[in-house]
Amino acid sequence: MAVSSAGIPQHWRTIKERYRLLGAHCERCGSNYFPPRNVCPRCRRRGKMAQVEFSGKGKVYSYTVVNASSKAFEQYMPYVVALVELDEGPRVLSQIVDCKPEEVKIGMEVEACFRKIFEQEDGGIISYGFKFRPSDGSWACRETGQRSS
Amino acid sequence: MAFGIVGYGVYIPRWRIKIEEIAKVWGHDPDSYKKGLGVEEKAVPSMDEDATTIAVESARNALKRSKEVKPGEVGAIYVGSESHPYAVKPTAATVAEAIGLTPNITAADTEFACKAATAAMQACLGLTKGGYMKYGISIGADTAQSAPGDALEYTAAAGGAAYVIGGGEGVIAEVEGTHSYTQDVPDFWRRDGAQYPKHAGRFTGEPAYFEHVINCSRALFEKLGTSAKDYDYAVFHQPNAKFPLRAAKALGFDEEKVLPGLIVSKVGNTYSGSSLLGLAAVLDVAREGDRILMTSYGSGAGSDSFSFRVTGSVEQKRRLSPPVSYYVERREYIDYSTYARYQRLLKG
Repeated sequence: MAVSSAGIPQHWRTIKERYRLLGAHCERCGSNYFPPRNVCPRCRRRGKMAQVEFSGKGKVYSYTVVNASSKAFEQYMPYVVALVELDEGPRVLSQIVDCKPEEVKIGMEVEACFRKIFEQEDGGIISYGFKFRPSDGSWACRETGQRSS
Repeated sequence: MAFGIVGYGVYIPRWRIKIEEIAKVWGHDPDSYKKGLGVEEKAVPSMDEDATTIAVESARNALKRSKEVKPGEVGAIYVGSESHPYAVKPTAATVAEAIGLTPNITAADTEFACKAATAAMQACLGLTKGGYMKYGISIGADTAQSAPGDALEYTAAAGGAAYVIGGGEGVIAEVEGTHSYTQDVPDFWRRDGAQYPKHAGRFTGEPAYFEHVINCSRALFEKLGTSAKDYDYAVFHQPNAKFPLRAAKALGFDEEKVLPGLIVSKVGNTYSGSSLLGLAAVLDVAREGDRILMTSYGSGAGSDSFSFRVTGSVEQKRRLSPPVSYYVERREYIDYSTYARYQRLLKG
């Protein structure tokens, strides 16, 4: 049975950037862009764009709590959508997960994780990609290599 | 050249539900389940998590511990799961894309109940040792299904572990030998298109789990001329806390050698992730020269046993991504109604 193929070409074209936070870097002026751009708006024809994989680390620039969503995202309500400013500069729009809406603060450090973004109805495709969760580097300070006995 | 584990990484979702909370809904006696299973709580995935997302998080953590591995050097990626999001469309291709290993790589999903990923580890070992590729990745990841009110609901959990397999100086645990033991046993199954698995109750013990786990481990001992006393740690598939401890006793292991890798009490049964998460917990604390026995179990039924010897590389590599204990302690409790929503048991 055929399902609607609406959205499939766009989903497929943006897989790499959504899965790996792949953006563009202008080697002339050093600017970073997400989503990736073919031409640097600052340098125009003198710019030289290259693909770059961002670290996934950033801060919440601003956010909102969604209490009335479109049907596709109703299951997640209430959920947080934030503008995340990446360490490399670009601001990306993303859901903040693994925390309650009241725990989100402007300036909060976040890191990219891999989640389901959207599922087509009637057995259609699943769109995966990055979302952000609160950063937690607490594990790095742990003493490992010790026997429990 | 030594071949074995070059890097490992794990992931467990943040949410937990306690045995008491499930028992309350069905009118069961929580203490009899807690005592009978040796399990206190289980990990529950968010609505936007599935076996694919858990596999990606585990694989990213494993690659952080495998800095010497360059993308073009990984020739194979396998994802073992009972909960692949698609019946037709490989989880492994999505994972390979998400960790930047495409397109020159072979990828496939494997299935053998809870031992699909240890079977894939053996495949990676053969491909790398045979010189077909430098590294291979095997991942076990599940969001385990259980019918509401079924005994399985107390343990069916979510989590995963990824292993980079290959040879050279970066090996942190050399594989000294491996053995498999397989027979047709109808202990646990899910028919094509069925939402939840079915199981043959008490039948899952003697002719299924114990027959395979114990005999597979013994056959590996025989192959290598070893016995329980030669090992510092033993890890078994852990559908509950009782089965692995009983199998360990039958094989001659003291409880102290099993407990470091026994995480089912706090996480539940992560199916394809189960024995591999246990092995990761042991690698988090093991020292150079330690020997580890790991035996997986998959219903249907079979076991894969591995004998590992830990190398000095483990000390610096394990600091590069979160240990199992971090994910075990990173938890937030939910009630049954939230659990039902997360598991999509409620239809609007």
